[in-house]
Amino acid sequence: MNNKEIYLDNSATTKVCQKSIDAVLNAMQNDYGNATSLHRKGFEAEKLIINAKKEICKALMCNENEIFFTSGATESNNMAIIGSVLANKRRGKKIITTVIEHSSVLEPTKFLESMGYEIVRIKPNENGEFLPIDFFNAVDDNTVLVSTMFVNNETGTILPVCEIAKAVKAKNKQTIFHTDAVQGFLKMPLKVKNTDIDLLSFSGHKIYAPKGIGGLYIKKGTKIQPLLYGGGQQNGIRVGTDSVPLISGLGQAVAEILPQREKLLSNYKELKNYLISMLENNDNVIINSKQNDAPYIVNISVKKIRSEIMLHYLEQFNIYVSSGSACSKGANSHVLSAFGYSKDRVDTALRISFSKDTTKEDLEFFVEKLNDGINSLAKMK
Amino acid sequence: MQKEVIMIKNGEIALKGLNRKSFEDVLVKNIKWRLKTLGKFSVTRAQSTMYIEPSEDGIDFEEAVERLQKVFGIAAFTRALVVDKDVDTIKQQAVNYMKDTLPYAKTFKVTAKRADKKFPLQSPEIQREIGGVLLQAYPHLKVDVHNPEVTVTIEIRDFGAYIHAEQIKGAGGMPVGTSGKALVMISGGIDSPVAAYMMAKRGLQLHAIHFVSPPYTSDRALQKVETLCEKVSEYAGKINFHIVPFTKIQEAIRDNCPEELFTIIMRRLMMEISMRVAEENDLKALITGESLGQVASQTIGAIATTDDVCTIPVFRPLIGMDKNEIVEISRKIDTFETSILPYEDCCTVFTPKHPKTKPDLQTVRDAQAQFDFSQLIDEAIRDTEVKVIRTLS
Repeated sequence: MNNKEIYLDNSATTKVCQKSIDAVLNAMQNDYGNATSLHRKGFEAEKLIINAKKEICKALMCNENEIFFTSGATESNNMAIIGSVLANKRRGKKIITTVIEHSSVLEPTKFLESMGYEIVRIKPNENGEFLPIDFFNAVDDNTVLVSTMFVNNETGTILPVCEIAKAVKAKNKQTIFHTDAVQGFLKMPLKVKNTDIDLLSFSGHKIYAPKGIGGLYIKKGTKIQPLLYGGGQQNGIRVGTDSVPLISGLGQAVAEILPQREKLLSNYKELKNYLISMLENNDNVIINSKQNDAPYIVNISVKKIRSEIMLHYLEQFNIYVSSGSACSKGANSHVLSAFGYSKDRVDTALRISFSKDTTKEDLEFFVEKLNDGINSLAKMK
Repeated sequence: MQKEVIMIKNGEIALKGLNRKSFEDVLVKNIKWRLKTLGKFSVTRAQSTMYIEPSEDGIDFEEAVERLQKVFGIAAFTRALVVDKDVDTIKQQAVNYMKDTLPYAKTFKVTAKRADKKFPLQSPEIQREIGGVLLQAYPHLKVDVHNPEVTVTIEIRDFGAYIHAEQIKGAGGMPVGTSGKALVMISGGIDSPVAAYMMAKRGLQLHAIHFVSPPYTSDRALQKVETLCEKVSEYAGKINFHIVPFTKIQEAIRDNCPEELFTIIMRRLMMEISMRVAEENDLKALITGESLGQVASQTIGAIATTDDVCTIPVFRPLIGMDKNEIVEISRKIDTFETSILPYEDCCTVFTPKHPKTKPDLQTVRDAQAQFDFSQLIDEAIRDTEVKVIRTLS
């Protein structure tokens, strides 16, 4: 197995970029102080955090005191959903979300459901779209929170979150709007300034920063009940000694990627079109992703070959793709089912997701081996 | 043709009278400077309206609107979509341009103004036509000509048809620079950034001066003041920030002056240094955040003893304001959260237990004369560091 590694599972995680690695090392070897220490060593560490916030603020267009660091998007989503509902109990007992959310949104809403909250899960229309007006109609006086993802992790479907937020607030100003932006942060243009988004979750390891770091944007004035209690760091909203290395690593990854965002986005579009052009005339392949979906995720189904089998076949050639979502190892995708796909199509789905380093040659090799697999692997009945 | 523009009507520019032309020139310059980092814009004047329009693609228009709201000299402005003067185009674009507002409103009306009398439809006809097509597109709407939730304005001008969005309130005041230059004394508390904002609003271009006393004050305290200046500069534009090392002077006051006069003598010396900095930089006034009676050093008597050393005007825009009024402004300009960060500043070092609230001027002069501060003052001015602060990202 001497093939070059072809990693096409970048929506699961990415390889950490050099700038981020350097920042992590620096904060472990040189600026290793505790950011809340009074002395200069502490202040130097705090400055790294401030700088990281500045970079993130450039991407999201918000204020530094609206950014809170967490251990990752799962924590951000839990904090956003459970924390906002608990802190705003009087605003109502109804929560609106969608049927295609990531489990780190789905499970907290289930938890709240067990506590007596009513959960409304919006479905896509027959074209697979989510329309703001559906949310407008679902929101009522009793609605405390609306939570929708920005870009779906399995299909790349983009939800018009700014318009949805606007519709939500037009119906009920008191309703809090959260978006899980993990798969779109720093990839698609999205800013919170001048929008009705109150809470936004993001993650580091999807954008070339290490695992174990993420964040939550909390619009000024939005109340959140903390999930953890302790030393009062980050205004008591998320306590625990600040992980300066990881925070700094995240900040530098953002600094590296943000200026390239437009360029990368057009690269992705080109790669997606190229991949689709190589597959669209293949009778054994169904392309599940649509033209308007995020260009760095392509979801396909391979007729009569279960996802897992093809995935392991490809890995022999050092090619890495995913079956549905990486978190739900083997479990059937609730997302593809929600879009109304047949069981066979769901069982045979593969997700190919690009990074800044993906090339056309990588995709050509992937398609070559995919076709080999289609021809040689035993088919389902 | 289809692009968004910002229109500022004559009545919405805060200035009138003979100086208007030169004031407007400064305003145009300030607007251009503020928008520069977003891309290319053209600012033109025609038919008693100032037009601000992007002259290249991909400009963040929302951000431009946000920045304009912080430019002094504009009382209000309007966003509009410019389209071809063709009835069908106007209809189609009006439906589209209102898609974020009308679906969620219950009532609306259309008003039309026809400056170009060659346009085939008269104003009432335009109103009927556009109203009809909007009702068709958003069938839940009802027309209410007296008290509508949303008013859609269509204006037919020489250059094209303008579909207006809602009017946006501007920052008011006068263009920064039209009143000259002044030096604001900034400590890190709630008041001085508000005072700076208020005087910038009256057209002053700002320099700021801050006194540091390490190790009695920390790097974080200085960082905090710098952050405050950055926030003020979102309104005030470029600020030259003078950082004066003050430790030796404060220690000399402690060693040589009576305790109950520490604060007053310190403030007199700060004034003296500020005046010197003002003189060197051609600044015509000082600005402080004093509010009458707020603390011992802000009584009539205390202010008289500090003004004793001043030969240029000292502006105190907060003098008649209550704390809660000041806090309200500081929240509006987003300095409050930073101001309340708990670091020692130069004013809280060596605070006397019982400060004099009614100091006698001659006593203060005599007490200060017991030590010759002039050499320390020269040294402090020589070692002053200047940073240019401008918030433009």
